[in-house]
Amino acid sequence: MNPTLHGILVFLETWWVELTSGIVIVAVVPLVAGYVVLVERKLMADMQARLGPMRVGPHGLLQPIADAVKLLIKEDIIPAESDKLIFWLAPVISMVAALTSMGAIAFGPAFQVARDINIGILFVLGVSSLGFLGIILGGWASNSHYSIIGALRSTAQLVSYETAGGLAIISALLLSGTLKISGIVQAQYEQHVWFVFLAPVAAFIYLVASIAETNRAPFDLPEAESELVAGYMTEYSGFRWALYFLGEYANMIVVGSIATTLFLGGWLRPFPNWKGSGLIPEGIVDAGWDLVPAAFLGLIGVYCLYRAGKQPAKAQTWFMWAVALACFVVAALYAIPALLFAMGIGGVAGSLSVAVLPGLNGAFWFLLKVSGYIYVFMWLRFTLPRYRFDQLMHLGWYILIPLAIVNIFAVGVAMLVVANANWNHGLALTLATILGTVVTLLFAALLVRWHDRRTESASAASMAPDSYAG
Amino acid sequence: MLDSILFYFFAGVAVTSAALMVTRRNAIHSAVFLITTLLATAGIFLQLGAEFLFIAQIILYVGGIMVLFIFVIMLVRLDVALQHIRFRMKNLVVTIVIAVLGAEAGAIIYYARKLPGQGLFIQNMAPAEKLAPNSERLAESLFSGYLLPFEIASVLLLVAMVGAVVMAKNKKRTPEES
Repeated sequence: MNPTLHGILVFLETWWVELTSGIVIVAVVPLVAGYVVLVERKLMADMQARLGPMRVGPHGLLQPIADAVKLLIKEDIIPAESDKLIFWLAPVISMVAALTSMGAIAFGPAFQVARDINIGILFVLGVSSLGFLGIILGGWASNSHYSIIGALRSTAQLVSYETAGGLAIISALLLSGTLKISGIVQAQYEQHVWFVFLAPVAAFIYLVASIAETNRAPFDLPEAESELVAGYMTEYSGFRWALYFLGEYANMIVVGSIATTLFLGGWLRPFPNWKGSGLIPEGIVDAGWDLVPAAFLGLIGVYCLYRAGKQPAKAQTWFMWAVALACFVVAALYAIPALLFAMGIGGVAGSLSVAVLPGLNGAFWFLLKVSGYIYVFMWLRFTLPRYRFDQLMHLGWYILIPLAIVNIFAVGVAMLVVANANWNHGLALTLATILGTVVTLLFAALLVRWHDRRTESASAASMAPDSYAG
Repeated sequence: MLDSILFYFFAGVAVTSAALMVTRRNAIHSAVFLITTLLATAGIFLQLGAEFLFIAQIILYVGGIMVLFIFVIMLVRLDVALQHIRFRMKNLVVTIVIAVLGAEAGAIIYYARKLPGQGLFIQNMAPAEKLAPNSERLAESLFSGYLLPFEIASVLLLVAMVGAVVMAKNKKRTPEES
């Protein structure tokens, strides 16, 4: 055989999993981001007692595709006085950083682009933080006042909240003792608990910090439309704007994945260690949990069938039938290996289902948790009003960062107690966690009180305007 | 083979963008090329199996220091001031430095070719699985063998940080108080 061709074949044989999952991520994430936007609009409509997009497809199910086509064929405007090179580069940086950082995320025990690298969680954090180079460069290159103010705000906000988020992550890393993504999930399996219950304060700080890092309401000051038109995106339109938008929504998925891996047990199902006891024999519990994804997807399919009959037009009924069919197919993909495994059928089909089942179920639970996290993001967006910039900075520097530092000490002391005192492991860990949380919250309360007093006396002394407030 | 290709790719990007960083007139363009230099260097670290150094380079230099650089450039409008001190080949010092560095690089390449079993193509390295996980190794040596220097360095950094805050605060208050 031709040596070059042989080399290419060897290369493909070694790397085909990575290559395929990389292509899948690049292809699927924009579509998913589009549908996250649709879910967000629908949720907003629901919370404001409206219907949301209803025209394109049944219940607006084709709206993301219509939006994408509109953005693609829109005129591409580049401001005359802008810096062309950087203007072109900035949205690309934003999206490439977000998509690259997904490479190290494990969407289940089997779905990971980069093989389980030793610094997994740091890679995701570091590379996704490069995305805001795109924001700041885009704001500068537009050569517009709104853009540059948005970019400056965004930088200040990201630098502050990345510190708080990073310190919160250290608490979870202390508990797991590794930076490897599979190791973090494994640690939660071995300690019989999700880390959100061992370090609730850290999880909360990370939630707040991740909202600020993704520039979402109530911290969406870089693109505050009532003050800055659209912040750093003011001069962008059409496809470039879409790249920024995709980067932002991909970033939401990234921070959701980080939080899920660190605090919500990654791809583990709820109660992964409970295999049944007493009246319930072993095996039944596992088999039951294995059927949950299929049942969940099947129920969605049934609901689609129910709604199909109520559509106003014939085409929309057919479309709903197609959606229901797709749900049933995916549900069957989940149900068949689970049933084969539960019934203990051997042979090729049996061994194949044993190989496939953990990966499938892991991906289901992981994506379900990430969706839950993103739902919380949207819920907060439609519930809370926007912060003022000085309030945002004070929250970050006076409350979240000291709280995160104290929380690291509290978690460390708790782990030391567990390691040295000869107590029951679970009891000691629970007690130490409660103690650590109480100490941290007390400290936070003191800090807030001290800060309030200070600002009261300061504002009484002089009403100096804050230079960042604008 | 793949190792060599990757190394020469990263090295080429690093050297080219370093040269572009020095010669650009626009300060922001220089900053962008400095970022690509740092990223390419990080790529070389990763290729050498030093994954912790790779991510430290990205998080600290690209994610931290470069953002502050760009922040300052945008706020201060350095590009006007930089017009006067930008890179010129005519400058004698610049020419001498370039000549010396070029001679150095040439000598290294010349002698490296003569080393037995080496040469310009780097050797095949041990696969990543066989190397010890180096974030653990780094932590071990930092927190056991080099604990005292490590702590002294961190205290120094803390002092610098507190000092910076104090100086910034003082400057703000003096005109009001006096």
